[in-house]
Amino acid sequence: MSMAWLWGGMVVLSLIFGVWNGQLDAVTEAAVSGANSAIELSLSMAGSLCLWSGVMEVMRVCGVADALARSFRPLLRRLLPEASRDSETLAAVSANVSANLMGLGNAATPLGIRAAQRMARGCGGVASDELCLLVVLNTASIQLLPATIAAVRSAAGCSTPFDILPAVWFSSVLSVAAGLLAARLLSRAGRRRL
Amino acid sequence: MTFSSLVLPLLLAGTAAIGLGRRVDIYAALTRGAEEGLHTLLRIVPALVGLLTAVGMFRASGAMELFSGLLAPVLTALGIPAETAPLMLVRPVSGSGALAVATDLITRFGPDSYIGRVAAVMLGSTETTFYTIAVYFGSAGIHRTRHAVPAALTADLVGFAASALAVRLFFPV
Repeated sequence: MSMAWLWGGMVVLSLIFGVWNGQLDAVTEAAVSGANSAIELSLSMAGSLCLWSGVMEVMRVCGVADALARSFRPLLRRLLPEASRDSETLAAVSANVSANLMGLGNAATPLGIRAAQRMARGCGGVASDELCLLVVLNTASIQLLPATIAAVRSAAGCSTPFDILPAVWFSSVLSVAAGLLAARLLSRAGRRRL
Repeated sequence: MTFSSLVLPLLLAGTAAIGLGRRVDIYAALTRGAEEGLHTLLRIVPALVGLLTAVGMFRASGAMELFSGLLAPVLTALGIPAETAPLMLVRPVSGSGALAVATDLITRFGPDSYIGRVAAVMLGSTETTFYTIAVYFGSAGIHRTRHAVPAALTADLVGFAASALAVRLFFPV
């Protein structure tokens, strides 16, 4: 429903501001060209999006995702010590992190949900510190190859769509670190209040 | 030869070599994945049609400028270009909405412009926070989410500021 309000709000506000600013012609033109550009853009990014989805699938069947998941276990054991005691939860969390890294969103979400359900057992509907950490890990993006954005950039005429990779990694690492740190600090502050 | 001109060929050839070494049918996997890519595209096209229309109208009416202007003082203090304000507002709520707004910025300012790059990095280094929180806590039966929302939004905010910083660091004018 939130999208209905967002979309409706934007369209209604556009009409009001268009009348107010005397820009109704421009608003009309934008409405027509917006829909057209959506299709043009989708067509021009279709090729690279399909290619990258294909390459990621090849990596998955080659076992790259599994290897990645294994390499994250020691780190996750330190981050989520309680959840890691259950080997199935640890397996789901590490597979979730590795799928996120490879940009396999469709695979990452069910794995993360499985982990969250196991971690939430017996806590009476209250999120534990570790469950909050898992959710923060998933709300922060840790994608190695942001294929969709690269596809948009090349559709817009960029010849080196992946030149933003170092910047994306830098910013992702800072963002994830800030999220985990905030979760730690807020959890302590919340406990003091209780 | 630069780093970015090496990434694609190396990744393709490297993946192919590993796959062949492991006796995996890499071609079948490639086409299966490409089909998945088409499905992804098919799912986002209707959303893009609706949202690019709304974003275009919103910008043409002058409303976008007004909202960005309101946020500009705060954003400038954080080193974030004010033009990306709509992207930051939509990002935690809607993935396809954020893609539409970022696409609008990238095509309007150019993919290699400062604002175009910041928009791309922002999109790549943040997630649809509220959707993720709803899905995870909803399916785990959690109704007291404690500090998850503020912590996740902190990550988003730091991600936005870091995106602008990263573009300035890696692409000095």
